[in-house]
Amino acid sequence: MPMTKEQAKEQLKKVWSLPKNSVNLGTHHMCPGCGEPMAYRIIGEIIEEMGIQENLIQVAGIGCYSALDVMMQNDRINALHGRAPSVATGVKRMLPDRFVITIQGDGDLVSEGIAEAVHCAARGENFTVFLLNNMVNGETGGHMTATTMVGHKTKSTLQGRDAKVHGMPIKTAELLAQLEGTAYSARGSVHSPAAIIRTKRMVRKALHAQRDNLGFSFVEILTMCPTGWFMETWEAPQFMEDTMTKYFTLGEFKVPEAVEAAA
Amino acid sequence: MPTKAIGTVDLDIEICKGCELCIKVCPVNVLEMSREFNTIGFRYPILLDGCTGCEMCALICPDFCFTAIYRNIPNKRAAEIQ
Ligand SMILES: Cc1ncc(C[n+]2csc(CCOP(=O)(O)OP(=O)(O)O)c2C)c(N)n1
Ligand code: SF4
Ligand SMILES: [Mg+2]
Repeated sequence: MPMTKEQAKEQLKKVWSLPKNSVNLGTHHMCPGCGEPMAYRIIGEIIEEMGIQENLIQVAGIGCYSALDVMMQNDRINALHGRAPSVATGVKRMLPDRFVITIQGDGDLVSEGIAEAVHCAARGENFTVFLLNNMVNGETGGHMTATTMVGHKTKSTLQGRDAKVHGMPIKTAELLAQLEGTAYSARGSVHSPAAIIRTKRMVRKALHAQRDNLGFSFVEILTMCPTGWFMETWEAPQFMEDTMTKYFTLGEFKVPEAVEAAA
Repeated sequence: MPTKAIGTVDLDIEICKGCELCIKVCPVNVLEMSREFNTIGFRYPILLDGCTGCEMCALICPDFCFTAIYRNIPNKRAAEIQ
């Protein structure tokens, strides 16, 4: 007699399960195929692994992902558009024993509030910024941001971004890596299982840098936005592999020796 | 120690939004889209025989439909989450 699924399961070992303490699961309202929930899950997994959800304050930016914040089981504050790093500065200075993170989009962090991030990095503020880069202002309809690639079609650049008119996109991870206050800067992606595993390592290193009081830590995570990119859900990861990661190269741009040795 | 990986997944089809990313990443092609719709109106993946419990689908799923992965060859996390 063939085994039922329950019988078969008893003979197998559970090797993976969703993080339960840091992330409250259930349906969320992101589009099908959106990469932002994956980025949240990665961050939640590391928070759970480090056991810091009770001791963490998240400052949220404004974008589609703001709707995902209810998923996180930690304290959080919503900042004005682009201003999360400044709010996080205040929180961390008043409560230096807490972990402080911001989660922001490219429209939020790069187009609207790049100055905040640059100054926080220059001052070496000891918190962690996560940038979810999907090359569009997803929530307000999918128009161009300061990180949209040249030639990429968005709602406001239907012929593709033109470098002569719109300028060149900003590579935030490389930019912030140049500043002396930055302890850790890296770029990961969620377009494939391999990239997700590598990104998880980056998120862990960034939070370890904060734990060890090394200064500003930053992880840019490339996420897909099939809705804003005029693509089928299953085409978006391939587009990222072929095109987006060629311009926004994945990797670590600044790693403190202490973190490198511990990881 | 068994050499052939055998696995299965816990799958919550009711929260699936039918993005098909799991279908693309499954290395042994044992996930297939249903013809029916779930209660929120999307087609969802069905697990066929031959799953190796490799976790790829769970890693890529944006809707958290894959809630747990089981395998005959345990990894180092298996001891922690039993
Ligand atoms: C000061 C201010 N300007 C503009 C807006 C409108 N607004 C809300 S969300 C958003 C886009 C956010 O884009 P991004 O941070 O990339 O997030 P995504 O939706 O792409 O995830 C904009 C422009 C606002 N809320 N506040
Ligand atoms: S518009 Fe883009 S970023 Fe926003 S939920 Fe949809 S896919 Fe995600
Ligand atoms: Mg965006």
